[in-house]
Amino acid sequence: MPASRLLPTPFHGSEEAFHMIAQGAEGVVYRTNFLSSNSSTSPSNDISGNAALKIRYPKPWRHPILDRRLTRQRILAEARVLVKLSRELRAPGDGISGAVPNVLGMSSEEGWLATEWIEGATVKAGIRGWEERQRVLREKAQRGDDVASEAQLEVLRALLRRIGAVVGRLHVCGIVHGDLTTSNMMVRACKPSPMGKAEAVASTSDDDKLEGEIVLLDFGLAQQSIADEDRAVDLYVLERAFGSTHPKVMEGRYSGQSAGAMFDEVLQAYAVATGKAGKITLRKLEDVRMRGRKKSMLG
Amino acid sequence: MPIAIGLEGSANKLGVGIISHPQRLSTPQFPHDSAYSEDEPKPHGSKYVSPPVEILANLRHTFVTPPGTGFLPKDTAIHHRRWVVRLVKQAMQQAKVKLEDVDCICYTKGPGMGAPLGSVAIAARTLSQLWGKPLIGVNHCVGHIEMGRAITGADNPVVLYVSGGNTQVIAYSAQRYRIFGEALDIAVGNCLDRFARVLNISNDPAPGYNIEQLAKKGKVLLELPYAVKGMDVSFSGILARVEEMAKRLEASQTGSDGPWKDEESGEPITQGDLCFTLQETVYAMLVEITERAMAHVGASQVLIVGGVGCNERLQQMMGKMASERNGSVYATDERYCIDNGIMIAHAGLLAHKMGFRTALQESTFTQRFRTDEVLINWRD
Ligand SMILES: Nc1ncnc2c1ncn2[C@@H]1O[C@H](COP(=O)(O)OP(=O)(O)O)[C@@H](O)[C@H]1O
Ligand SMILES: [Mg+2]
Repeated sequence: MPASRLLPTPFHGSEEAFHMIAQGAEGVVYRTNFLSSNSSTSPSNDISGNAALKIRYPKPWRHPILDRRLTRQRILAEARVLVKLSRELRAPGDGISGAVPNVLGMSSEEGWLATEWIEGATVKAGIRGWEERQRVLREKAQRGDDVASEAQLEVLRALLRRIGAVVGRLHVCGIVHGDLTTSNMMVRACKPSPMGKAEAVASTSDDDKLEGEIVLLDFGLAQQSIADEDRAVDLYVLERAFGSTHPKVMEGRYSGQSAGAMFDEVLQAYAVATGKAGKITLRKLEDVRMRGRKKSMLG
Repeated sequence: MPIAIGLEGSANKLGVGIISHPQRLSTPQFPHDSAYSEDEPKPHGSKYVSPPVEILANLRHTFVTPPGTGFLPKDTAIHHRRWVVRLVKQAMQQAKVKLEDVDCICYTKGPGMGAPLGSVAIAARTLSQLWGKPLIGVNHCVGHIEMGRAITGADNPVVLYVSGGNTQVIAYSAQRYRIFGEALDIAVGNCLDRFARVLNISNDPAPGYNIEQLAKKGKVLLELPYAVKGMDVSFSGILARVEEMAKRLEASQTGSDGPWKDEESGEPITQGDLCFTLQETVYAMLVEITERAMAHVGASQVLIVGGVGCNERLQQMMGKMASERNGSVYATDERYCIDNGIMIAHAGLLAHKMGFRTALQESTFTQRFRTDEVLINWRD
């Protein structure tokens, strides 16, 4: 760990209670117990804890003034948006289930934000797992092509629809995310209970890994905006992130459909969740795509 | 021993390169004759190794315009036409290869400026007809990436491709170079070049180089917009703001209002401060989106290619970022990162060995040619 990676003040000196989970794009994420009574009793080699602590260590490669400015801005933006969304994202009644982690604490000066720990996997890991299962199935059946069964495809399509709906709801709440990728959304681990209601559990079988609630993460680049342009760019970023990260899914190699058909699942669900305003955003998305394609390579 | 000639002229540099791929280190792999499928993790130790390359000639002639002006397509095309025969002859002499040993003529099909691309395509067609050699049309960006990999040995890096016409963050997956992020408006090099014009900074050897030298004298970081959207960036807002600053600086030096002073130190703002501010801001943005792509795809290597990739401050920032992630940065010097013919020869020869040919009637050029359009079937 580089010297610049000492835990900030309130956590300093208690390193054994922090388990590094990910070195994200901006911060290092630890799993830990945050202000809960069992923090002292939790054995140090047991990776558990109620909180995800994201620490934005100073980035020694950029100018210190710029670094401080960006770190402060982003922690504040992230905390503010998370607080707003934990109240508004899960609107009752329309069956759209999406969430963000609750904020537990933060310091924009020390550069950290603690949120509720989400049990589950990133959408990226979920889709990669799905692709891996297709490969195993294909090998067992000794087939040369990639085409997956309708039932398997439906699992994936349902996931894409839920993502579209949640992003739509996000936009309706007046927020654009700014960095919509499959690393920045999780599928909450769940198993259907006999009552038909989902309940969170620690681990599940592979098949329902894609079936839990979508939890959006990483709001450091988020903004309050209801501008169609901003919303369309948000969707464009998501579309390209899907295409570059999961090319075989998006190019229709599993479904035998044309490229774009898979992402249409996202957009259709988005349209349903956003209504009239969404139609305008989707038209704007066409413009943004064209701009990307037509952009002169000369600047 | 396959040998290729490469012709590049997508912007203001005309390049002619001759390359040979001496031997294959690994045993040849046939697409369907391997023990694993393309999705499987490769058995340990058999990962793809870029073929060792031998550079037989790498010549370049740059069309330099006076300070305050940019290069226009028409004049650039004239420049390329004037120099191409001379450069090819000189390269052939230097390489000491016999004509019968040459396997193909490679040329930049795009992206780039139409007129200059056109004159170089004509030159390539002529050579192909004259010498009876197959033509290979090459994507300029793929040329940069493959050359960077071959020179540095970076096996599977996230690539930052930064030049006068392009700004892209790229990673390889399923036989294509996928674009994870890019500039949504103008390229970073274009932003630097246009800023240089406002300050009348020399275009010799390159505006970006001279900005870098001036930036070394700068100390004050002024506030510019910082425009990052996920893995995308935009530079037009920054350019507009820094151009305003340049005009304010000029006015303060000639006008009656007295010098423009830094609020904190009271020192007068200089050209160096503007260059410093611009560099610190745009390079921080580029390193940030590269880091985001690395985190997202789980890579630890980063390769910088393209003309702006020569910038030492950018390389230094990228190096620090990579080491914080226990990774490493790979960059090349100006022989390879600035547009050159050798990279076109190299990427063309990789495609040639896979059986790719560009028929005469298809040997066109195109101003827009996305990196992810090319099937990279020489990688697995
Ligand atoms: N609340 C959380 N619960 C569980 N895992 C999380 C949580 N927040 C983040 N993570 C994990 O850490 C990774 C990085 O977090 P993120 O907020 O995206 O940081 P960064 O801005 O550095 O990318 C995520 O991709 C996810 O795997
Ligand atoms: Mg993230």
